[in-house]
Amino acid sequence: MAKELCLSGKNVTKVFGFGDKKTVAVNHVDFDFHVGEFVSIVGESGSGKTTLAKMLLGLIHETEGEISFLGKPREIKGRKQKREYWKEIQAIFQDPFSSYNVFHKIDAVLLDCIKMRGGKKLPYEKKVEMMTEACSFVNLKFEELTNKYPFELSGGQMQRLMIARIFLLKPKILLADEPTSMIDACSRATILEMLQNLRNEIGMTIIFITHDIGLAYFISDTVFIMEKGNIVEYGPAEKVILNPEAEYTKRLISDVPKIHEEWDLSTV
Amino acid sequence: MKHILSQVFHSGKFVVGFCIFMSILLLMIFYPIFNPGNPLQIVSIGTFAEPGIYVSVYDAVDSDMNTLKLDEAPAKRLDSVLKSEDRVKMVMWFDAAGIPVDNLSIHDTEALLTLWEENYDATIRPEGMTKADRNYFQRLDGNLKKVIVTHDKVLARQDPSSSELSVIRTIEDTDYVNIKKVANVKRLPLGTDNFGRDVLKELAAAIKTSIFIGLVAGSIATLIGLTFGLLSGFIGGLVDDFIMFITNIFTVIPAFVLLILISYSIGQDQRGPTTVAVVIGLTVWTWTARAVRSQVISLRNRDHVNLSKLSGHNLFLIIFTDILPYIASYVIMALILQISGAILAEAQLSLLGLGPKTTEVPTLGLMMNWSMLYTAHLNGYWWAYFPVILTIALISFSLNLMNTGLDQVFNPTLRD
Repeated sequence: MAKELCLSGKNVTKVFGFGDKKTVAVNHVDFDFHVGEFVSIVGESGSGKTTLAKMLLGLIHETEGEISFLGKPREIKGRKQKREYWKEIQAIFQDPFSSYNVFHKIDAVLLDCIKMRGGKKLPYEKKVEMMTEACSFVNLKFEELTNKYPFELSGGQMQRLMIARIFLLKPKILLADEPTSMIDACSRATILEMLQNLRNEIGMTIIFITHDIGLAYFISDTVFIMEKGNIVEYGPAEKVILNPEAEYTKRLISDVPKIHEEWDLSTV
Repeated sequence: MKHILSQVFHSGKFVVGFCIFMSILLLMIFYPIFNPGNPLQIVSIGTFAEPGIYVSVYDAVDSDMNTLKLDEAPAKRLDSVLKSEDRVKMVMWFDAAGIPVDNLSIHDTEALLTLWEENYDATIRPEGMTKADRNYFQRLDGNLKKVIVTHDKVLARQDPSSSELSVIRTIEDTDYVNIKKVANVKRLPLGTDNFGRDVLKELAAAIKTSIFIGLVAGSIATLIGLTFGLLSGFIGGLVDDFIMFITNIFTVIPAFVLLILISYSIGQDQRGPTTVAVVIGLTVWTWTARAVRSQVISLRNRDHVNLSKLSGHNLFLIIFTDILPYIASYVIMALILQISGAILAEAQLSLLGLGPKTTEVPTLGLMMNWSMLYTAHLNGYWWAYFPVILTIALISFSLNLMNTGLDQVFNPTLRD
């Protein structure tokens, strides 16, 4: 595996509020993500995973610390820099139903991606070809989707369309913030498979955020466990999950319900 | 769009409000077409002519006359002079003059008149009766004499040089004129006001001006409020603090006091309807700004906005495509309330005499101001102010009703 650094953080901290209302969402975390890795960030609700993801995306500013992108400290002060940055890092959000602007047609979402890759002046036929390709990558038919509104699709279809969007954008890093938590189990498998495909075809780094440690074990190379804003344990998936060291990790693992076994609720 | 419209028109409240507002608009549009001319033209000399149909006497006497033998005519003529309060007063006179009135019913016109004719004497001064009362009875007596005995009336023309009268025609009590044959008939459905203007015509013009003021002021207020709310809510940080600082200052100073001060300092001559509308619009935008801001704050962290940012859209594109459509229904409702509020604000200002200048156009507030200055409300000239009040109430009511109806359509938690 290539050990080239693509995204790393030092002392990254995010604090909301002041004084009595002060909440430390992410508390001085260090991390290194390597190119081509499938990284999972695991933690319960409120452990700061999404806040960390938003900082990585540059949607919110970190209170303290430094995030480096491709070995250099990232510069995303201006709009142009942000635009360049977002060409390299993209996201899939948790709730596909609220990820779309309900007033825009599906075509507009995909055309935006082509425009962002600099294909604004391509002839329309070429654009349709690209959109058809992207849709077929996620087992959707563009002919059936064109001129439709997002709310006419099912949740699974919407989330697959999000992946089609990533396929068109071909960023270096994909941040998937619990992309399967609002989806039923069958669609979940296909979506995970598509994420794997994306990595294999484009060589993308995928940062997968989930609360499901079992899922993280199956798909990821590296696992980061977060508890109350701190990274308590990290390392290769086998090591972390099969030989957990931190108390919190052990608890998370014991919370996974197993078939044919009594579910231990004492730790919850 | 079609779907939304059909949904909106299914709301009973909206439809009722819409119908009321439309009928006011129809009055505003069509009455001036049927009754053209300057709404401020003075048609009657003297103030406050009662509502009704005015027939030109000058033309009527020259028109072709028909003879109609109507049995009830004399009784009606008598009734027009002898009202029920007059009958009661007559009995009071009999009592005061010491004339026995055993078993006399005030509804028995014949007995009452016979007794009156036999006994009334203007020279009698019953005790405790004021001069005003005595004059009243003299007038009543004169009127009764005119009606009871029917003389033919003679129409004469005076020769300007010799002052001699020459009879043109004799008018009998059975002569009638077809109102269609009379050249000049003026219908004044709401009479005239203190200046002798046609109130209904003025009202139609006033509705137009007031709705114009409402639209301009409402649009200005909504535009300012929307811009401030969007910027402050979406950008946040220092911009938010600054805009909210200004908004709070405007909120703390009562808008109406500000309105009075600005109107006063502009001066009567400079205040046209547009100026007043702008002044109103500039003072009442604060709550739209606050409401829009809070809506935007709840929207700006939604995933679709984040996705739009990640797609490289700039600030204005995000505001116009990802924020504004989501709050459009809310803004339209705010606009409706602002319009209704501005119409009321204009009425209040004008009532205080700080409205638009009086010489150009009537407004609802000015009409109330005029009728108040000329004490129409104290003298029972209801037609000068009551229709105006009713119109203001109906406009405001219908706009609020439409707003509630829209709220029911757009707010799922309020749906039945």
